[in-house]
Amino acid sequence: MNIVGSSPKRSFAVLFFLILILILLVIMPHHVAPYYTWIVTSIFMYTALTVSWATFSGPTGYISLASAGFVGAGMYVTVVLGGKLPLPLIIMFGGLTSLLLAVLVGLSSLRLKGIFFAVFTLGLSEALKYLVSWGEFHIGGSWGTFVIPLDYITCFYIMLIIMIMTLLTSYVIRRSKFGLGLRSIGQEEEAANHVGINTNATKIITFAITSFWMGAVGATMATQLTYINSDIAFDVLYSFTPVLMALVGGIGQIYGWVLGSVLLTIVAELLTTQFPYFYSLIFAVLIISTLLFFPTGLIGIVTKWQKGNLVN
Amino acid sequence: MPYWLRVLAFSMELPGVLNVAHGEFIMLGAMATYSLYIAFGINPLISLSICGPILFVIGFLIHRVLFGRLRRLATSIEMFEGNSILVTFGLLFLIQSVALLVWGPDLRGYSFLDSSVDLLGAKFAANRLVALLSAALIASSLYFFLVHTRIGKAIRGAAQDTTGAQVVGINIHWMYRLCFALGAALAGLAGGLMSMMFPVSPVMGFPYTIIAIIVVTLGGLGDIMGSLVGGLVLGMIASIMMYVEPSLSMLVYYLLFMFVLLVKPKGILRK
Repeated sequence: MNIVGSSPKRSFAVLFFLILILILLVIMPHHVAPYYTWIVTSIFMYTALTVSWATFSGPTGYISLASAGFVGAGMYVTVVLGGKLPLPLIIMFGGLTSLLLAVLVGLSSLRLKGIFFAVFTLGLSEALKYLVSWGEFHIGGSWGTFVIPLDYITCFYIMLIIMIMTLLTSYVIRRSKFGLGLRSIGQEEEAANHVGINTNATKIITFAITSFWMGAVGATMATQLTYINSDIAFDVLYSFTPVLMALVGGIGQIYGWVLGSVLLTIVAELLTTQFPYFYSLIFAVLIISTLLFFPTGLIGIVTKWQKGNLVN
Repeated sequence: MPYWLRVLAFSMELPGVLNVAHGEFIMLGAMATYSLYIAFGINPLISLSICGPILFVIGFLIHRVLFGRLRRLATSIEMFEGNSILVTFGLLFLIQSVALLVWGPDLRGYSFLDSSVDLLGAKFAANRLVALLSAALIASSLYFFLVHTRIGKAIRGAAQDTTGAQVVGINIHWMYRLCFALGAALAGLAGGLMSMMFPVSPVMGFPYTIIAIIVVTLGGLGDIMGSLVGGLVLGMIASIMMYVEPSLSMLVYYLLFMFVLLVKPKGILRK
């Protein structure tokens, strides 16, 4: 944690600053045009996804591409239960469904490493997409369903709460023995095992906890989309965007992930409105340049700058 | 039909890196063949010999620009592998976006050799037969190249044991680059063949990437005979699914894939 120094004075300053931002965010929807509220809701959503993803995949190096599966699962929980249960309960069920899914995925992929893990999780999201699509068609009679919409202000607050919970969860995990365990796994899994860390339990539990919030995000997001089909819900972008955001921001620290997601969501929004035809092209160029020129992310650049050597 | 799957498989597993953008090379070959036919009336089979080398060069350059730099930047194998997948993902979007800008999202098709042919009592479309024969030809030339030429043996050596290969003087980086380029070329050829039989569009790439990954995993990474078997197995399953329940095809492929990953991650042929 470079920027936040260890002195109490600095910690207080940061805390004060955060609370100030929080207050501003809370009063924001009532004073600002709906469009901006919606953008900030998107920022909350992607931050929650990115932080959830990075809490597990960052320290361990296991790149999970199952995020789309979790988000989609959450979305479909809303599709199925929408209107029949109060919203908070639906969101919770969305999270729980995701969690169960994560446990299943985790258990079945324990022996997989590196590329295989990434491809397996990607395959899983895709398989789930096709399964749901088939189910929709044969059981429901058609593709896609309409969802009861929710007003954007309530959604804003819900997403804000989810994001805060995600950040808290991530912070707690990192500071706990789980966090240490995760980082040990990331560096040298065999050694971690020998030292006595139950790598399987650590991996699965963290994976499951972080996926809970992804499901919650999905469940909430569904209310804003009005029409859901399996391609929309399990869109592979939900898997890859958190990865990109964490990378651009800086893979090591929480505030790096937040920076990445805030920045990229704004950039994405600007791009889709200004250059709708070139959006994915510019995005692609961004991904490639990030990986080629600053793989440590923006935070990495800032750190190097602080240390006085910006040139590689 | 399994034959072009085989060609696909070969093209996928050669490089040392998982290329998520592989399907996009297929798409490029398909779209280019389509355009050449519609715009200039060039026989698709001739287009193959144009598209193949062009895609080889493109693949070569891409590898040089992207992976050369990644290799220098990465501090560990895992980081390099991880970043490689992500870079190829960026490549996927890049190629697809450019293709969408050039051709537009609609499905395009053309008819070539549409007449049916009587063979052994059953009717086949002529273009499918031609595609099958071409694919078989490509596959066997590839096989010949890999087994009987010096470079081919070098490639196989590099795939089997990178350290040992380097000891005997094989330039591993050149091998990877060559393989990637070769893979791109083969993908383009496969795409060109496909364009003769099916309608094509700039967004057709991704499912083929998945299929290629599955075939390669079935066969075991780096094992050429394995990919052959993998391609055949998947081809057979594809035919069965087409008959039983076509919409579930992709799902069954994935299930098979996950099954193999879990039970025999080294491939079905490895003991």
